[in-house]
Amino acid sequence: MNLTLLILLPLLTAVVILLMRSGVQVKWSALIGASVQFVLALILFFAFRKERASGNEAQMLFELQYKWFPSWHISFHLGVDGISVAMILLTAFVVIAGVLVSWNVEKMTKEFYLLLVLLSLGAYGFFISLDLFILFFFLEIAVIPKYLLIGIWGSGKKEYAANKLALMLMGGSALVLVGLLGLYFNGTEKTFDLLLLSKMQIPVMVQKICFPLLFVGFGVFTALFPFHTWVPDGHSSAPTAGSMFLAGISMKLGGYGCLRVATYLMPEGAREYANIIIVLSAIAILYGAFATMMQKDLKYINAYSSVSHCGFVLLGIGMLTKTAIAGAVMQMVSHGLMTALFFAVIGMIYERTHTREVNEMGGLIKVMPFITTVLFIVGLCSLGLPGLSGFVAEMSIFMGSWQNPDPFHRIATIAACMSIVVTAVYILRAIGKTAMGPINDRYLLLEDAKWNEKLAAIILIAGIIAIGIAPFWLNDLITPAADEIMHKVAGK
Amino acid sequence: MLNDFLLLMKSELVLAFILFLLLIIKVGKEVTNERLLSLIQILLLGNFIYGFFFIESGSLFGGMYITNGLIAFQKSIISLGIYLISLLFSDWLKKSEHLPEFFILLLSAVIGMFFLISSGNLLMFYLSLELATIPVAAMANFDLDKKISSEASMKMILSSALSSGVLLFGISLIYGATGTIGFDQIPTLLDGSSLQILAFVFLFTAFAFKLSIVPFHLWTADVYEGSPMAVTSFLSVISKGAIAFILLTTLYKVFAPMHALWYNMVMLLSVITMVVGNLFALRQQNIKRFLAFSSIAQVGFILLGLSSYSVEGTSSVVYFVLIYVFSNLAAFGVAGAISQSYGKELIEDYKGLYQTNPFISWVLALSLFSLAGIPPTAGFFGKLFLITAGASKGNYFFIMVAALNMIISLYYYLRIVRAVFMDKNDQPIAKINLDPSTKLGMIICTAGIILIGLLSWVYDYITTLSI
Repeated sequence: MNLTLLILLPLLTAVVILLMRSGVQVKWSALIGASVQFVLALILFFAFRKERASGNEAQMLFELQYKWFPSWHISFHLGVDGISVAMILLTAFVVIAGVLVSWNVEKMTKEFYLLLVLLSLGAYGFFISLDLFILFFFLEIAVIPKYLLIGIWGSGKKEYAANKLALMLMGGSALVLVGLLGLYFNGTEKTFDLLLLSKMQIPVMVQKICFPLLFVGFGVFTALFPFHTWVPDGHSSAPTAGSMFLAGISMKLGGYGCLRVATYLMPEGAREYANIIIVLSAIAILYGAFATMMQKDLKYINAYSSVSHCGFVLLGIGMLTKTAIAGAVMQMVSHGLMTALFFAVIGMIYERTHTREVNEMGGLIKVMPFITTVLFIVGLCSLGLPGLSGFVAEMSIFMGSWQNPDPFHRIATIAACMSIVVTAVYILRAIGKTAMGPINDRYLLLEDAKWNEKLAAIILIAGIIAIGIAPFWLNDLITPAADEIMHKVAGK
Repeated sequence: MLNDFLLLMKSELVLAFILFLLLIIKVGKEVTNERLLSLIQILLLGNFIYGFFFIESGSLFGGMYITNGLIAFQKSIISLGIYLISLLFSDWLKKSEHLPEFFILLLSAVIGMFFLISSGNLLMFYLSLELATIPVAAMANFDLDKKISSEASMKMILSSALSSGVLLFGISLIYGATGTIGFDQIPTLLDGSSLQILAFVFLFTAFAFKLSIVPFHLWTADVYEGSPMAVTSFLSVISKGAIAFILLTTLYKVFAPMHALWYNMVMLLSVITMVVGNLFALRQQNIKRFLAFSSIAQVGFILLGLSSYSVEGTSSVVYFVLIYVFSNLAAFGVAGAISQSYGKELIEDYKGLYQTNPFISWVLALSLFSLAGIPPTAGFFGKLFLITAGASKGNYFFIMVAALNMIISLYYYLRIVRAVFMDKNDQPIAKINLDPSTKLGMIICTAGIILIGLLSWVYDYITTLSI
């Protein structure tokens, strides 16, 4: 299939949205665009499986290459491997759910959906680009829509949060830029092409300088400790769909970049700094979990727990084993679905109760059975209940981590494992206080989820359960690609 | 000979023709400002389009005047800029009592710039630089009833007189050291003696004044603030562009043998200029002063590209100036429309602009994103190529500083975006009735901002010219 469709369709949707007059038309065109994109992502998934089943062992499938700024050795080079397909599926799931959940946005509807679509455009482009220049291009495209989404439609300290997010993410991209230039000028020939670069021998000194630049730069996007501080503010101030996109898609850009660009292109650098990555991500996991315990606001709870969960992604990458890396990708997909769903539910509750404080709620299960059930499912997924996606992903990471026999890796793994207990504490407490207990009289007349909310939740839950019950679908997709990366890292 | 003369100097001749036409109209019978302005706009558009035809390369007057494809393209960028200025500020121009004079002055300055870009001799360079400066100083005084405008004009005259003095001193030193003032002969005679280095420093100082490179930037903000918006935009976009082009020739051709010497200086000045421009821009309240300091920071990026001494350096600088014309003129156009309608020039006044004026808000936002270097706007490509060109010498520390400067600049550009889109205001600026030609100018700018980057052949075309 032609991969440019994945970029052209959001572009087309954006143009259609611009031409629409009323809010209803805008919503429907956004929904139709997102649905077609969803179908496209599924087609891509099955086409990819078919190609692989028919014995096509090429590293990247459906490659395309157009000339673009040839004098800088840039080309519009697209292609997917299993990891990209997984991320595109995740994006499609989150986008359609995000569009559905925002059905009630009344303020500047057109602009809102336009920015959502642009944000998704950045993500799709990022995951399929095989040229570092266009990868960077799409990475930065996604920053400004986030800024505007939070600043205009957000709540609380929204201007502060929007500014902090935009500046920190730009700071991350500045580091990425310098790292990319280091790669560009120090390969055997000047190129931004990822596949060409991966075949080159990049001098070890360059790797030692560029790897931290790229890893930290992308790490800012995925809440690498201590650059995670934009996460709680950004997520909690964003509108519901904004939070979903931020946590579900945007943070995954960073993880994907760390893996695909930093680790894959600079294996020596990765081995050099792996221990530091492990320490930082273990801190993020534990710190995130403990910080979540102290939160009273549902959105902050999920935001801090995202820091903790994204720590697992980086931990998996830092462990440098095939299973752990596959687990890291699974964790990205799983966390993307789960956290998007979590934010969606929080948004639904907030729309009805007008508070996000856990202490002011209670007994909501009596009036909104559907919403609270979703809350239970997502909570259980977050704490890693078998049968749901979180368990599969975290389990693979721990298994992969344990393959490193030395005490340092073992201790880090054990420390990370302990966070699961803490997760269980804060999740169960938050859900219990929200859903159970006596109900406040104010809430007696609240209504349960509407069709759009139900549909959004069902789509995301379907994803979570599908991964939980049949992880091999995802695993078969990811493992060969993770294998390829590990081959390079192990130096074989 | 006559044929050569007509063909090679065609861009200057066309401008001179328009200039004389305006003079005749001025002494002839009364024409309403509206009709005259439309005529001027059409003539300037014709001039811009004509710039792409009959491009020849060669030299005249024994090497005093040079032209080639790249120089013709640089002139086209300037022609485009003045055409856009005539569109964007049509409201202000129509109300002006001295419309023909304004364009007479402007065109003389532009003719000066054309000669400047084409100059092949230090004397020619000096003369055309004066021709390009003095009319602008008169234009800065065009708000005749405002004291601040005359002040701006005075400051500009004084600072350019000083820089001319320094320049002449540099030229005389070069003549003393090499015995020639021709651009062709100088490089063969340069040997890096200390007298030549001194001469180069003086020459570069004059450039630094004109380009407002730190520490010679102090006149910029005051002059920008005092001048009428159309003149400010001319100063910050067209003047800077022309000077950047001739600096390119001077560094890459005339002082090519000394490039190892000037590389460090240009790199260092580039970073200092960026940092100082950005830090001062952070706290500005007046939109003109704000854009003045942001343009200082942009010059820092131009220097970064210049420092690379390569084909990429040439093409990325020309490309960046082209983009800069679109983005900065769009920002000035919006600021000018607001200032013309309501006299408001403070960033605070822009709060809630989006509620009443969505179109110009988006134009402003896009132009600011382009200035900040955010994709998919053209500014992203422009800045990235400058940085990449600058990185080719492997000075990653400075590249890192430049990249961090992009964050600082994003902060203050976002300040305006925030005021326009997010801040609440009970009495935002009311709906502005845009003149159709202003609107056309904004649409052209916006199209340029979006398309120049995404269409890679524009850059490829410049590269083929630069080789």
